Amino acid sequence: MTVGTPVAAAPFLFDAERATRLESLVADLDPQALAWLSGYAAGLAAERGRAGGARTGIAERGDRADAPARVEPAARGEAVQTATVLYGSQTGNSRRLAERLARSLEAAGLQPTLVSAGDFPVKKLGDEKLLFAVVSTHGDGEPPDDARALFDFISGRKAPPLPNLKYAVLALGDSSYPKFCETGRVLDERFAALGGKRLFARVDCDVDFEPKASPWLEQAIASARAESGATAPRLSVVTPLRSAAQQAATRDAPADVELVANQRITARDADKDVRHLELALPEHRFEYEPGDALGIVIDNPAEAVGRVIELAKLDPTTSVTIDGHTHALAHWLARRREVTRLAKPFVEKLAERSGSAALKEWLTPAGGERLRAAFKDLQVADLLKRFPASWEPESLVRALLPLQPRLYSIASSRREVGDEAHLTVAVLDYQNDGERRRGAASWQLSTLSPGTQVRAYVEPNTRFRLPADGTRDVIMIGPGTGVAPFRGFVQHRVADGARGRNWLFFGGRHLERDFLYQAEWLEAAKKKQLHRLDVAFSRDQAAKVYVQHRLRENGAELFRWLEDGAHLYVCGDAERMAHDVHAALLEIVATHGGRSAEEAHEYVNELVAQKRYARDVY
Amino acid sequence: MTDLSPVEKIKRESRGLRGTIADSLTDAATGSLRDDDQQLLRLHGSYQQDDRDIREERRLQKLEPKFSFMVRVRLPGGVCTPAQWLALDSIATTYANGSLRLTTRQTFQFHGIAKRDLKTSMQAMNQALMDTIATCGDVNRNVMASSNLVESPAHLEVLALAGDLSAHLLPKTRAYHEIWLDGEKLVGEAEHEPVYGRTFLPRKFKAGIAMPPTNDIDVFSQDLGFVAIVEPAAREVEPAARGVENGALVGFNLLVGGGMGSTHGDAKTYPRLADVAGYFDKQHLLAVAEAVVTTQRDHGDRTNRKHARLKYTIEDMGLEAFVAEVEKRSGVKLAPAKPFTFDTNGDRYGWLQGHDGRWSRTLRIPAGRIADRPDLPWLTGLREIAKVHAGDFRMTPNQNVTIAGVPSGEREKLDELIAQYRLDHAERGIPLKRDALACVAMPTCPLAMAEAERYLPQLLGRVETLLEKHGLEQEPVHLRITGCPNGCARPYLAEVALVGKAPGRYNFHLGGDQRGQRLNVLYKENVDEAAFLKELDSLFAAWAHERRPGERFGDFLWRTSRIAAPAKPGAA
Repeated sequence: MTVGTPVAAAPFLFDAERATRLESLVADLDPQALAWLSGYAAGLAAERGRAGGARTGIAERGDRADAPARVEPAARGEAVQTATVLYGSQTGNSRRLAERLARSLEAAGLQPTLVSAGDFPVKKLGDEKLLFAVVSTHGDGEPPDDARALFDFISGRKAPPLPNLKYAVLALGDSSYPKFCETGRVLDERFAALGGKRLFARVDCDVDFEPKASPWLEQAIASARAESGATAPRLSVVTPLRSAAQQAATRDAPADVELVANQRITARDADKDVRHLELALPEHRFEYEPGDALGIVIDNPAEAVGRVIELAKLDPTTSVTIDGHTHALAHWLARRREVTRLAKPFVEKLAERSGSAALKEWLTPAGGERLRAAFKDLQVADLLKRFPASWEPESLVRALLPLQPRLYSIASSRREVGDEAHLTVAVLDYQNDGERRRGAASWQLSTLSPGTQVRAYVEPNTRFRLPADGTRDVIMIGPGTGVAPFRGFVQHRVADGARGRNWLFFGGRHLERDFLYQAEWLEAAKKKQLHRLDVAFSRDQAAKVYVQHRLRENGAELFRWLEDGAHLYVCGDAERMAHDVHAALLEIVATHGGRSAEEAHEYVNELVAQKRYARDVY
Repeated sequence: MTDLSPVEKIKRESRGLRGTIADSLTDAATGSLRDDDQQLLRLHGSYQQDDRDIREERRLQKLEPKFSFMVRVRLPGGVCTPAQWLALDSIATTYANGSLRLTTRQTFQFHGIAKRDLKTSMQAMNQALMDTIATCGDVNRNVMASSNLVESPAHLEVLALAGDLSAHLLPKTRAYHEIWLDGEKLVGEAEHEPVYGRTFLPRKFKAGIAMPPTNDIDVFSQDLGFVAIVEPAAREVEPAARGVENGALVGFNLLVGGGMGSTHGDAKTYPRLADVAGYFDKQHLLAVAEAVVTTQRDHGDRTNRKHARLKYTIEDMGLEAFVAEVEKRSGVKLAPAKPFTFDTNGDRYGWLQGHDGRWSRTLRIPAGRIADRPDLPWLTGLREIAKVHAGDFRMTPNQNVTIAGVPSGEREKLDELIAQYRLDHAERGIPLKRDALACVAMPTCPLAMAEAERYLPQLLGRVETLLEKHGLEQEPVHLRITGCPNGCARPYLAEVALVGKAPGRYNFHLGGDQRGQRLNVLYKENVDEAAFLKELDSLFAAWAHERRPGERFGDFLWRTSRIAAPAKPGAA
């Protein structure tokens, strides 16, 4: 991790003299000594903090061995203003932003409570005084799973008046959908309608959220300070007592892992190439639990980069400086910008530069379908080819989204595979419009030989966890690569000797071609590690059959499992499958539970609230 | 007492061959049946197989083997109508691997039918008045009857009797109808099986009727064989022209205890020629057949499946005691066998005219595989023929098909279709290529140790080159190849035989005749192609130089003592 001097990083913590002394003290220390020092300081801080006796709610995941140690504020009798940082997150972006805000608020001397919308006690909403909500919208206007109950509550008649509430909302979304940032918008408007006082205007962020989210966070900190009267910052986040080589790999600081196996797991005549990858993890840096994802940080395919540069008629060696970073254009496009994924800002810029009426049409409400289709099937080069325009290197780079790590659900349990993580990766490699389309990460991963290093980190997914109580039954619905986390789940349950039953629903196109991990599932079924296995293969017969059909066929049994306390998980395609499965679930609860549609809805929301219905859909 | 073989328990507890097949079929997570059901399925006429070419590849892919099913039709005497042909063709192209395979027991096999399509396939066959009952497994299998004959009233009678024999020896259980045809579900006890009892036979059982002078069915290889005895009718019209073939069927010589199967490295297993037990009049056919079957049922070895065929029962009981038991059970006293002679066990190609003036033409189908290949669209060609042909089709024991019952006026039309679809391609080959047989072996047969059908063209090409080298290419040489020692292509009767031992390696046998009456002997064990071709080269050279006029290769080898009978039981 590269940081400036400690002084530059936290100018508000030290006066000039102390800053100088500190700088000279650490100037020639080696990294190990610095790491030791950080721990020493952390220990001191923790000791002094305990003396103060204050407690923050920020420790949500702080019990993990490798999580940053946090210093609690030395309250010394001062009144500490509480603030709630609420997040509703599907892919983790909202959660990460919320965590950032909570840390900053804490550093600013407040006592923030970081809480997932799923854990938020809705009945106490009326007691909230200062609330910051970071909430995403997924699909077309859908709230994230963990925010469903809150969303329903606040939209419903039971919502309390909120005369004491001061709040601000940061909404995340994807502008390619018509109901862009719908969840954030509704929350924001409902809070206001219920009497809450909006501290400052809601901000709606697109896929590339950072440019708009950062100022919102700044504003949130400033207004929280203003509200609380807190002026002096109280603490800082301290690096834990670990050498760099032992620090947990993170999104900002991924670490190398070695690919040890790369095996195709669909038959030779399958439509899709799906890979089972096994990665050897360095000790300590990749703690994960079943349900977590692995973020893979990988350059764009060289040919995709080449095509963009060629079509934009630019020189790959041109230097481009953005936000103080200077790199060759080729470097920007290979390592720092998305070229295999489209986003609206780029389409807007291209429409402007090309002057194409057709493209402008895509950006109108009437052209939404076309735009979404383009997002699905086209890459940056495709649009550059269809809509020629002249570009300056910098404007091109600015129009593109920052390159994101690719997240893959981990398909293993450490209890079974030790220091390894297994991934199930569908390789994006197909022909479209005569051009070969390749996924930025999946295709490259598929070409790697064992022994190759890739950069990775663990992306926790705390909403997608096995029940702590091993006697609970679990129902896992994972068609296609959605089955990945369930391989980890079953491995974990078997290693744990969990006594609850495991029921897997899998779906694919052809039994003989793309039943991922079939041999393992059959073996597990034989050993009674998998107690029920129901499969749907859509193209093995005239009628298309999907997992939701199997759910309905087994509705009575499935409802009995739920009534007996089973946890239900869905992983895979968000666009269709998750919807269809959700609808089937509501129907099953209504039919077999003798409930009205509304009651079924409540029943399912209650499952979510109890963390017994979790989805990891993408 | 030795324990019964595990299969015995499965049969006994199967409730009339039902087992849990119906449940196994509905398990959508696997293309396979449960282990026990796989055993029972055989008696319904199907084997579970997998594509062995990609078995390892799929293991690495964490996929189960690519399972599919071989389904074998019951077709007594190998006769089917054009409508049935079209139904079978449709099953082959819709559910199976796009090919029809003619077996060495005069019927069709499908390969590559997925579990989910099994039932539909069976139903399609039923629609065309065919079934697959008892074509595999420990039961009397498809009944053979000499095929390549100039049609005569006696031959038609033999064909009809083959049908009666097949029907008489069918299991009585309704399991087939229940499972495949949505018949009524059994309530209570399974059906009584008067011939088979609850555990059927100890091992597979093969029966057939030969009609001299043709021994195309290799009657000495059958567990239960009959040689039709035809005597000149009292008022023979044209005795000189039609000869004995125009006589009347009077009875049969009974042959018992033939069988091809053996196990590598197990001297207690061996191929064996049937014994000629005696003669009986034709009206006793079913009684005698049933007596042989029930004697085998009660006296066969159910503890060791490698010692369970009728041939071992007869070796153990002694022929006399066995025949006495059959006579007692059937109430038929056997007379001394009547004389008969066979001149060939091969097929005759080209048009032949029958007693009724109608014609038949046999088409050479190497390894019995009817498929559309580049330049050889045989499946399509035979489909087109079936659409216009008004007679019937005969599957021959040599894996060929005969278009039979053709009036003179129709021949030209059929010849045109035959030429158009190049169905005459293979019959233009040298005699070696016209007579060769091969079992399926890789990649579908679970028993195969080496290639057979797929290797046949290459093998025949190389042997042809050797024959040409010695000027022998126009001499008939009977060559047969199997992927394992179980003997589906009746290799132990061939002049030259290769019996698979390991990939690319075979046991090399020499010395059969061309009449199906003499077993060959193991000449070299476990040799590769180069080794057996080298042997053949020098033996062909000797044959070319030292043969007597018209002397066949197998006969030559015996006469010149290049091979000798081993001191083993059953080996001629």
